Amino acid sequence: MTGVLGALSEAWDEVRVHKSRVVLSLVGVFLAVFAMTTVTALGLIVAQVQQESAERGAGRPATIAVNAYDPTTGMPPDPAEWDAAVTELVDRYGIATAASISYGEGLYRMPGGTQRMQTMRVSPAYGDLHRKEPVQGRWFREGDRTALSPALVVNEAFLEALGIPDLSSRPTVVLGGPAPVRATIVGVVREGWGSEPIVYRVDRSGGPWGDAGAVDPAQAMYGGPSTLELWVPPDQADQVMEVVSRDLGAALGGVQVDAFRQDASGMEETLAMLRLAIRGAGIVVLVLGGLGVLNIGLVTVRQRIREIGVRRSFGATSGRIFSAVMLESVCATALAGVAAVGASIVLVRNLPLEQWLNDGIPLADAPGFPVAAAVEGLVAATAVGALAGLLPAIIAVRAKVIDAIRF
Amino acid sequence: MTLLSLRGISREVDLPDGTVLPILTGVDLDVAPGEHVSIVGRSGSGKSTLLNILGLLDTPTAGGYLLDGEPTDHLRARRRSRLRGEVFGFVFQQFNLLPRRTAVENVAAPLLYARGRDFLRRRRTAAEMLERVGLGARADQVPERLSGGEQQRVAIARALVRAPRVVLADEPTGALDVETGAQVMELLARATAENGAALVTITHDLSVAALADRRFRLDAGRLAPLVEAGALDAATSDRGTG
Repeated sequence: MTGVLGALSEAWDEVRVHKSRVVLSLVGVFLAVFAMTTVTALGLIVAQVQQESAERGAGRPATIAVNAYDPTTGMPPDPAEWDAAVTELVDRYGIATAASISYGEGLYRMPGGTQRMQTMRVSPAYGDLHRKEPVQGRWFREGDRTALSPALVVNEAFLEALGIPDLSSRPTVVLGGPAPVRATIVGVVREGWGSEPIVYRVDRSGGPWGDAGAVDPAQAMYGGPSTLELWVPPDQADQVMEVVSRDLGAALGGVQVDAFRQDASGMEETLAMLRLAIRGAGIVVLVLGGLGVLNIGLVTVRQRIREIGVRRSFGATSGRIFSAVMLESVCATALAGVAAVGASIVLVRNLPLEQWLNDGIPLADAPGFPVAAAVEGLVAATAVGALAGLLPAIIAVRAKVIDAIRF
Repeated sequence: MTLLSLRGISREVDLPDGTVLPILTGVDLDVAPGEHVSIVGRSGSGKSTLLNILGLLDTPTAGGYLLDGEPTDHLRARRRSRLRGEVFGFVFQQFNLLPRRTAVENVAAPLLYARGRDFLRRRRTAAEMLERVGLGARADQVPERLSGGEQQRVAIARALVRAPRVVLADEPTGALDVETGAQVMELLARATAENGAALVTITHDLSVAALADRRFRLDAGRLAPLVEAGALDAATSDRGTG
């Protein structure tokens, strides 16, 4: 036991006495571990941003989109029949997340006059499926479907067109048409380009205003049948597509039902490649840092050869000399690793990454500082210390005691 | 009873041109516990080699070396190292203090290789040893700030800190002036005697050699007793280390 303590004490003593040299030799390792850990952490965050960005558009893996329409008229099925068939399907197969989406144009009474705007009417589950993270307010919830005032989630361009800076005044907008109603803006999402307004409307509301603001489909520039989106385990996606087409087709009778996987395929592979590239770059940087430590270690051990001889005269065994030189390197690089990981955590946590990488949209699953990256950084630093200490340790052990003392 | 016993010790080295250079030839020497032995000889006579063999730093080419009655020729490297630390204390001509460590850290250094209580109490033991050599007040000074005499006193404290049974001193006064050398030698002899340790000194200083109980002359690798003053002069006429 005292042997181990002695070796550690000796190694620490060396680090303490030769602070300047040790610090100098460790700059490379510090920078390497810092770079590797930071790049890995940033890489994971970038990957998460990429993934969420893709999922905002196409849904989370696996999102099955289901379209139903009359093949002769192109019109969607009767809404009541559609709702009943979908409810039965979802219940039968225990599908936890199912969202309905329909597109159309709506009439909005804006300060400059009534405007037609493309509107997506979606059920609240659409937010889960597409990782909707409002920058103000909230996304739809179940209660909105029975509220007498239809709930809207708009983008910042819409809010600007309305002449309202934020949601603090609980803004509303009148939906025109045969039965006008005042809709409530409950959330703001950061979407769209320039001044293009984007409006999400909850799929249904309480009262007789379900169609308020809706433009006659025959006059609408854009519209189409409802889409159902189902979030299912990726390995069951093919089976679900087949079952859904069959069951809904049978339930609705004479209606064409198409089911297809909508989420971005190949995303996992792309992200895996990205992570691999980041890791490779980190390893190259670390190897370069390790070479720096090795170089200084080799020079140092030659300078310390007399001291090593003197220690041998005290009774130090070869093993003890070997472990002392090795441990010195390991202790020092491990310390550098701890410092580098600490610095990396401070940096990554304080960078406005969501602003830079995600256009200010909060990440739905914002990754914390990846523990794996921190552990890898520490392990890598220690391993570099061990490898860089190996050669000097061998030289120290192979030095003849007498020659070493006379050196 | 004999502590160290050399019988017919020879040491040769192979030269690059293929020839063999004899350093020591048929050396016989016995050292008893607590005894003070000095060895004088010309430069290159093999004095340091003999000391290295005694201290288990080197091995003879031929002959037998018994340490406390135990043959040392088949000792494993690990056992040799442990014996070296436990039985011997070394004092070098150039002090060989560890640079940038304080006096007390230098004295405590051999105890890093001790076990149990000796290891755990190493700093206190080192401080006590420095008090014994009169350097208690300089315990926190690094060697670079100590005089030559003080550095050698630190080296003596370091040699004695593990209470060795033999102190091997290689030209302990070689780097000191006459007066300081005499003081250091007096301290070394007194401290080893207080510890009950044997002292083997290699020196070219006649007064240092004269302090020993028994004196030997090493000439061309052969060891012989030295008893006459004239022979002592002859042995050290070419001053230097061997």
